[in-house]
Amino acid sequence: MKQLLILSGKGGTGKTTIASAFIKLSDAKAYADCDVDAPNLHLIMGWKAEPKKTDYYGLPIAEIDLDLCIECDQCRESCRFDAINAEPNYKVDPFACEGCGVCEYVCPVEAITLKPAVAGELMLYFDQEKAFSTAQLKMGSGTSGLLVTEVKKQLKSAADDSELAIIDGSPGIGCPVIASLSGVDMVLIVAEPSISGISDMERIINTAAKFGTKTAVCINKYDTNIENTEKIEQFCKRQDLPFIGRIPFDSNAVKAINNGQTIVDIDCKSGTAVKEIYRKAMNFLFEKGGS
Amino acid sequence: MRIAVLSGKGGTGKTLVSVNLAAAAKTSTYIDCDVEEPNGHLFLKPEGVQEEEISVKIPKVNNDLCNGCRKCVDFCKFNALTYIKNKLIVFDDVCHSCGGCILVCPENALTEKERVIGKVQKGVSGEVEVWTGIMNTGEAMGIPIIKKLLVKKQTEANRQTFIDCPPGSACIVMESIKDADYCILVAEPTLFGVHNLNMVYELVKLFDKPFGVVLNKCLEEENPAEIFCLERNIKILGRIPFDHDLGTLNSNAEIAANKNEKYRELFSSLLDTVTKEVQHETITNS
Repeated sequence: MKQLLILSGKGGTGKTTIASAFIKLSDAKAYADCDVDAPNLHLIMGWKAEPKKTDYYGLPIAEIDLDLCIECDQCRESCRFDAINAEPNYKVDPFACEGCGVCEYVCPVEAITLKPAVAGELMLYFDQEKAFSTAQLKMGSGTSGLLVTEVKKQLKSAADDSELAIIDGSPGIGCPVIASLSGVDMVLIVAEPSISGISDMERIINTAAKFGTKTAVCINKYDTNIENTEKIEQFCKRQDLPFIGRIPFDSNAVKAINNGQTIVDIDCKSGTAVKEIYRKAMNFLFEKGGS
Repeated sequence: MRIAVLSGKGGTGKTLVSVNLAAAAKTSTYIDCDVEEPNGHLFLKPEGVQEEEISVKIPKVNNDLCNGCRKCVDFCKFNALTYIKNKLIVFDDVCHSCGGCILVCPENALTEKERVIGKVQKGVSGEVEVWTGIMNTGEAMGIPIIKKLLVKKQTEANRQTFIDCPPGSACIVMESIKDADYCILVAEPTLFGVHNLNMVYELVKLFDKPFGVVLNKCLEEENPAEIFCLERNIKILGRIPFDHDLGTLNSNAEIAANKNEKYRELFSSLLDTVTKEVQHETITNS
């Protein structure tokens, strides 16, 4: 299975818009949304049936049995995450607890145990032809990277024989992005022609490079700032990164999305541009002996 | 007064709102907690920047003392240690710095060393104090940087402080809003925008934070984010129009409120509304 991951660094540049167009154009049999923190792809993929849902257990969370607790304070002193409050009673803050188990270890009276905790929900949409793996992390939870790994595992087990998988990524460069990068064959970066967008693009390109993933770049809403668009293209040239196209700003794109459609479901200029980018991305993904 | 600006979805205008409010407030503090992709400094262009490296503690092995008992390997919930070929190996980047391995080692073969994961910068832009957290690329977890950013500022309660948050609603956002007195949710009028607004709405409710919404990129057409707010009786703090000139200023990392009278008025009036809301909250809750 060849995996194409769509990333951007900066949020809101159009990852999901482009991923959904690619899924339609390729008639992809396997796709996933790895933005477990704020998933949106399911909103426009038109699945009518309910997905198969599975609870996702992150790391366990410590719990203190007050009947046994002797208030020795050792757990609070040992916790590196400030997750234990002493007032009014000894209690673990479930949002701060990372499940390391140090408190359980230091407690002299075995008042602390680690309890499994649901940290999100995995969802799998599937029929005879297609599989779509996605998830929603529980509010404030800290294990998004692990959940991303589960989303990808779920996709693999549901559609391993598929030739192509398209994966919508999350913004940023941290744990969910790093987890999504593992094992993919290519990253497409969706850049935005703003000073912020350029800075964020450079940081995500550096991150992808650390994992040795081959990377191509395209620009969304390129005509909102031509000068910055040119800066991005020059940057790609200097870095020897394939630049595979520009998508114009298109108010029809917002309309399509708000109607639950992709930009290639309607006739619009952003849809036309993304078709060309799709063609180039597929060539780059499937080319032999690529970097 | 600490005001956190968040959105769920990326690219809705958190930084636009934060830097312009900070500029409109004149004497204020701006803190960029989006340590993975910090952008506020590109707008505020702080001068006299001082830098401090941020590091976390990770275990260091003395293989002469290690007897291969693997107690640390078994203890580590993050699988950051392994014992192969008579040698204990630490995977630095998966370590959560809990210190457990050092506690369980019976031979004192483990000590701690510092590992740099990023930095905090402090500078000044006019009367705005600018704090920026920057995580090194390739690192997974920026929370220790956010902790450092926010602890430092706790002393200055009398200054208006704007906390520019990362996107999403995971641990990193929670950490950023933990000590905020008020939250501004920035929403855009799209299907995705509303879906993600709902997430941060749930988040601020969960943490019992007073909040209001700024509607960004407003068009003439029906605004699904506005409908969302009206249906739930959520305070709408202000509306920022979808506007070509504002878009250009913003994409060139200019502070609109400093460049154009129209935007100065827009953000000053937004600041007034926010300030009144925060004062109202402080009175009703004290």
